[in-house]
Amino acid sequence: MKGGRFEKLHSTFDAFETFLFVPDKVTFKGSHIRDSIDLKRTMSTVIVALLPALLFGIYNVGYQHYISYGEHPGFWQIVGYGLQKVLPLIVVSYGVGLGIEFIFAQYRGHEVNEGYLVTGMLIPLILPPDIPLWIVALSVAFAVIFGKEVFGGTGMNVLNPALLARGFLFFAYPAAMTGDKVWIAGKADAYSGETVLGHAMIGNSDQINDPMGMFIGLEPGSIGETSVIAILIGAAILLFTGIASWRIMLATMLGATALGLLVNAIGANEYMRLPFYFHFLMGGFAFGLVFMATDPVTSAQTNRGKWIYGVLLGALIIIIRVFNPAYPEGVMLAILLMNVFAPLIDHYVIQANIRYRVKRAKAARVHIVK
Amino acid sequence: MSKQQKERESLFSPRYRKLIRNPLSIENPITVQVLGICSALAVTTKLKPAFVMALSVTVVVALANVVISLLRNGIPPRIRIIVQLTVVAALVILVDQVLKAFVYDVSKQLSVFVGLIITNCILMGRLEAFAMANKPWPAFLDGIGNGLGYSWILIALGFFRELFGNGTLWGYRIIPQSFYEAGYSNNGLLILPPAALILVGTIIWIQRSRNRSLIEEY
Repeated sequence: MKGGRFEKLHSTFDAFETFLFVPDKVTFKGSHIRDSIDLKRTMSTVIVALLPALLFGIYNVGYQHYISYGEHPGFWQIVGYGLQKVLPLIVVSYGVGLGIEFIFAQYRGHEVNEGYLVTGMLIPLILPPDIPLWIVALSVAFAVIFGKEVFGGTGMNVLNPALLARGFLFFAYPAAMTGDKVWIAGKADAYSGETVLGHAMIGNSDQINDPMGMFIGLEPGSIGETSVIAILIGAAILLFTGIASWRIMLATMLGATALGLLVNAIGANEYMRLPFYFHFLMGGFAFGLVFMATDPVTSAQTNRGKWIYGVLLGALIIIIRVFNPAYPEGVMLAILLMNVFAPLIDHYVIQANIRYRVKRAKAARVHIVK
Repeated sequence: MSKQQKERESLFSPRYRKLIRNPLSIENPITVQVLGICSALAVTTKLKPAFVMALSVTVVVALANVVISLLRNGIPPRIRIIVQLTVVAALVILVDQVLKAFVYDVSKQLSVFVGLIITNCILMGRLEAFAMANKPWPAFLDGIGNGLGYSWILIALGFFRELFGNGTLWGYRIIPQSFYEAGYSNNGLLILPPAALILVGTIIWIQRSRNRSLIEEY
């Protein structure tokens, strides 16, 4: 390609050539933490881990639609309706996001990398199914430009781009993101389509006494985050391949459990008395925890930092959910906030380590002198 | 006579013209010196208050520059900040009264931010850095230049935030009703202060990628 007619388009060509394949350029020698699994393979694994949630989400979108009309059509009709709602979201997300990535990569002479493959799949999964497509396009553009490209592209971003897209939507178009109107695609007018979190917020605790239902996930909600089972399958894949950090997942569960128990002990209102393990099943907790909080770029990098990051994240989720009446869903805001703090946590962990080692070295020297 | 001729020639000499031109771009008080950000976030949700605010600041900074420049040899250095503040405060009170008399509704929208012009960093910066060491005419031009540099940013922010956040400009509906019926809706984020910060950031980004000498080294 060098010196050829289309040299300018090199990064575009390279992106397609190595798309989803392991490139020939793997490391054979070298002492650092590189191995033959590169960014592309990492990203493809995450996509595979997302598939169960995606497939279930497609089915659920159709199922909720027909349930709201009181109909029970066949499996394929349900899937068909779900596809019809979900596919355009995915197409728009990839089209806009990759378009912007290609333009920036071309302009700066970088290579296009697969960072966006995962983001582009995450974004549709955390949206309500009935959201207008132009809003999706706008939020994707915002997230990619201001979340990633401003900071220098994949790997340089401070905030998780998929969550940034949702955050943008949440504040810019609240009507499309909250209330009981948006969570069921094309629902019948008389049917109440509140999410479980919404019920919890207004104190309808009789609506949420079904932990098994929340575990399976046939309930209104964002496309990919209702089914805890599907997400757990994804989590297993990520943990088995070592791509997601088990430390962050465990620490977040611990943090949420600790604060959930504390809130239960206070129990001042209906929402506070909600058993702590319900929080794991409701809303975007599982999805955010498995696919967003463990994002290797925006979470803490050091092992000790990951524990701190996770515990604080779990605690924050419960705090925002329980104490802030304006935001029933705390996972998104909690993760974005912890993303901002992750570099600070890492900084102090590293400084502490340096101090510890300096102290040890000094002690050793004193010992030798004696 | 000949001396006066010479003075008159130099009123808009290249050096003086630079005093107006530079603050508009490469020495912009908001995007390069990052001063006066607070009011830029607070008053730019609509175009009209942004415009009035920009005008007020321009008037105050130009006049304060002239007054301080006239007094510059008589101000004891140890209390110069207090003297500057007194001058600015007097001018701000004048402007505030004028606004209340002629554009009462806008004055109410701007509320405390007119009074806060006193603490606007652009003013203190120009008085300290320029008016204390220059003659009245260049000080006046410097004030106008910095006021305009502040103004165009505010007006640009007010334009985008009102157009996309409310669908109006200067209070008149720009985006037709049929758009809303077709599914368009206003962008609620643009009404919130962080949006102004993002827009200012975007202007800074565009400016620095066009003029790389503005990028700080670190």
